[in-house]
Amino acid sequence: MRSLIDILSLTTEEIDELIAVAEDIIANPVKYRDKCRYKKLATLFFEPSTRTRLSFEAAMYELGGQVLGFSEANSSSAAKGESVADTARTVSCYADIIAMRHPKEGAPLVASMAASVPIINAGDGGHNHPTQTLTDLLTIKREKGRLNNLTIGFCGDLKFGRTVHSLIEAMSRYTGIKVVLISPYELQLPGYLKKETLDAKGIEYKETTDLSAVMPELDILYMTRVQRERFFNEEDYLRLKDSYILTPEKLVDAKEDLAILHPLPRVNEIHTSVDADPRACYFRQVLNGKFIRMALILKLLEVE
Amino acid sequence: MHIDSIKNGVVIDHIKAGKSMEIYNHLELDKLDCTVAIIKNVSSKKMGRKDIIKVDSEMEVDLDVLGYIDPDITVNIIKNEVLCEKKKLTLPNQIKDVVKCKNPRCITTTEQDLPHIFKLTNAETKTYRCIYCESKAK
Ligand SMILES: [Zn+2]
Repeated sequence: MRSLIDILSLTTEEIDELIAVAEDIIANPVKYRDKCRYKKLATLFFEPSTRTRLSFEAAMYELGGQVLGFSEANSSSAAKGESVADTARTVSCYADIIAMRHPKEGAPLVASMAASVPIINAGDGGHNHPTQTLTDLLTIKREKGRLNNLTIGFCGDLKFGRTVHSLIEAMSRYTGIKVVLISPYELQLPGYLKKETLDAKGIEYKETTDLSAVMPELDILYMTRVQRERFFNEEDYLRLKDSYILTPEKLVDAKEDLAILHPLPRVNEIHTSVDADPRACYFRQVLNGKFIRMALILKLLEVE
Repeated sequence: MHIDSIKNGVVIDHIKAGKSMEIYNHLELDKLDCTVAIIKNVSSKKMGRKDIIKVDSEMEVDLDVLGYIDPDITVNIIKNEVLCEKKKLTLPNQIKDVVKCKNPRCITTTEQDLPHIFKLTNAETKTYRCIYCESKAK
């Protein structure tokens, strides 16, 4: 019995397998529609995240399974003071697999140590969110046909953006990866990631504040939101926010086969006029999220 | 200064000067009924100055705690006034309830009963990280 708490606990071979299963699901959906018949997924969301929860639930339904759970802490036993471990033990009696989101870092690990069924970390605070990273990897694979020999630009909030941190860690295990970090000085990638991941793996990278200047080099552009609350003063926010908004004009010098990703929800960092561009992948990315979760549920339930 | 030699017990030697109270507390030596001597600022050829702790009773020393605080400490087991064993310390792979996680977003802050466990993630830099939130031990 295995859980998925941290993306780095999967080997690259296991990630390749998950991607292969997801691609097979996409090609032959009918083959999979009864694979989890009579199985139940519990979605334990101690903080609301509607899109992640719906993605897990849709994945389980498409495998022929059933879903139970709660979508916020105040409707759950946690509101009565039950520990995460006790909740996990209890729910293990009702469900075959659990997807858990929790505001505290490490809560899904605690659950996995107590539960008798697999736990999937569906996000623990600003810490891990491995199914988002798997979604990003499947999207890159489907859009570019490979996970190696790519120049990836990360744009926006690189300091607090956990999706960026996890994807950098995951991509640094492949060969021929170059990373371009595009952000205001205030929101640059934390030093420990440069040292312990990029430098340690010998990944070539550069930092810039100018998105347009590096656009022609990129195979992938991973956009994130620059949030108002990350700035100390309104002035800085207003000065910087528009430099990291993607518009059709900024894409003039981009490669023909650029893939634009975004973990969503977006606010205004990608102008809606970009949506019609075939290089905009972010809605296909949402769909990929469901397929990779289907593959993951099959793997953890050991369904052939 | 005269300190009685030990018949059966433990001598914790080569403690960095000033660190002896920290070790006294971590090993919970205050709970022992026997004689415990803390000798501070002993001159040492190797270290300049060092601290020594002598415990006049057989006891199980938590070597993981000592290894985490300073792997250069030596632990001598004395039986019938003779040194019978010198224990080598290494950096432990894991420490439990030795240090607390200080990350306010960590699950250990809301679930008080959870053990505070840190794993060695980099032996060169002696980096330990919380198993729940991956924050560094401080
Ligand atoms: Zn912690």
